Amino acid sequence: MPQLAESSLNLASEFPILAQRPGGRPLVYLDAASTSQKPRAVLDAMNEHYSKHNANVHRGLYSIAREADAAYQHARARVAAFTGASERATIFTKNVTEAINLVAYAWGRANVGAGDAVLITQMEHHANVVPWQMLCREREATLRYLEVDERGEVSLEALDSELARGDVRLVAFAHVSNVLGTINPVAEMIVRAHAAGALVLIDGAQAVPHMPVDVGALDADFYGWTGHKALGPTGIGVLHGRTEILEQMPPFLTGGDMISSVDFFESSWNELPHKFEAGTPPIAEAVGLAAAVDFLSAIGMPRVRAHEQALTAYMLERLAEIPGLRIVGPPEAERRGGLASFTIEGMHAHDIAELADRAGVCLRAGHHCAQPLMRRLGVSATARASVAVHTEPSDIDALIAALHGAREVFGL
Amino acid sequence: MDDLYRDYILDHYKHPRNFGELEPHDLEAHEHNPLCGDELGVQIRVRDGRIDELRFHGHGCAISQAAASIASEELTGMPLDEIATLDADWMIDLLGIPVSATRRKCALLNLKVVRGAVTGDNDWPA
Repeated sequence: MPQLAESSLNLASEFPILAQRPGGRPLVYLDAASTSQKPRAVLDAMNEHYSKHNANVHRGLYSIAREADAAYQHARARVAAFTGASERATIFTKNVTEAINLVAYAWGRANVGAGDAVLITQMEHHANVVPWQMLCREREATLRYLEVDERGEVSLEALDSELARGDVRLVAFAHVSNVLGTINPVAEMIVRAHAAGALVLIDGAQAVPHMPVDVGALDADFYGWTGHKALGPTGIGVLHGRTEILEQMPPFLTGGDMISSVDFFESSWNELPHKFEAGTPPIAEAVGLAAAVDFLSAIGMPRVRAHEQALTAYMLERLAEIPGLRIVGPPEAERRGGLASFTIEGMHAHDIAELADRAGVCLRAGHHCAQPLMRRLGVSATARASVAVHTEPSDIDALIAALHGAREVFGL
Repeated sequence: MDDLYRDYILDHYKHPRNFGELEPHDLEAHEHNPLCGDELGVQIRVRDGRIDELRFHGHGCAISQAAASIASEELTGMPLDEIATLDADWMIDLLGIPVSATRRKCALLNLKVVRGAVTGDNDWPA
């Protein structure tokens, strides 16, 4: 495992928001898993786009419209290259929630019927639960769950036995759990699902920003992620699909840009990826996201992962010092993404986060949009600390000091 | 001393009054806070148009549990027709701490459940 000092990136100064000192203290941002902070390069790229090249895409005949068009296309090329996907099969959505809904509506309604099953895991974010509940109810299909064990992991044997029932049309799961941190064995899961004739959708929201992900090599049928967790702006997500499947799917949202021609009562669809991008797309957001993936690429995703894994190991070690603190998910940093969810005996997660904030430490607290998982874990809420490229060991030290302080307030 | 986590708040959190189940009871309601997944249930016994006895159960943060505990002492003996008139300010004043917008629902969950049990009104107290 990389040592902390070796893996340090010293990038905090690239993030303007981190120069703030609320209450005279440094801002310790440990909530990147909710949304990441944005480096100056992203803010500058969006500002420059709006200052110099702003126009609508796909239709303008003047110079700045051509520039906007080129910027949007170039952004898609850089984003696709970042994850090893093809440009045609890289669709910009609003977020990963919309990416999953796109698949549930456009592919699901055409391909899942009575007697079929959709298989997900107990660790899914609501974004990868509710669209399948809706689909299965509407199509009289069955929604089944792969169990999460005590370590916070799913078993490949359980996946095999679910697939052996022969009715699974789609397996949908998180690459990295937003609560447990668990890194799922995606490659093995995809191979097994495909061998059983099922398609695979992966929610990569917590993976793409933090580790090397090659969507092409993974051979997933659908892979979604979101810009704002990847140092990019809000309002843009990404769906990578398999070209043959996307071509056969009907559109999801309809309207401008996604058509090739519109008659009074009939329309025909534009080619990929535009068929799935109705209306004016998030142009400046695409420019910002491209700058974000360039920023990450310049560091190198293996280095990003090494940095965050070393920090996570340090965080797990230091958290163990706090009396009554229990961490959920795999105990080994190499088996988890850069986050730790925990409870403290005698304190509710909201109170932990409220008191951490007094020390300038930003934590997330609650059910993390994963209520089925919280029920499985037998807790109502956890506090969660998550790291990013700008996080340094001193941030973890501030977290530990804040947690000791919080316990003191509660007389523990 | 902390502004929010005052001694009496922590005392009610750690040693909640009127906590548990009430059998038999005449009225009950159960709710959860969608923000954090906390749960709170209330059971009430009525005599002569008043709350004769009230117990609450569930789990939540210090603010929601202290609010339920402190309110339970005030609510015991209160005429049922007065319950409908209790508003958010009543609860916040009773708590006696500065409640931020993000913690407001923690503070008001108990009153929402009690009003639900008595009047059937399931709206958040305004």
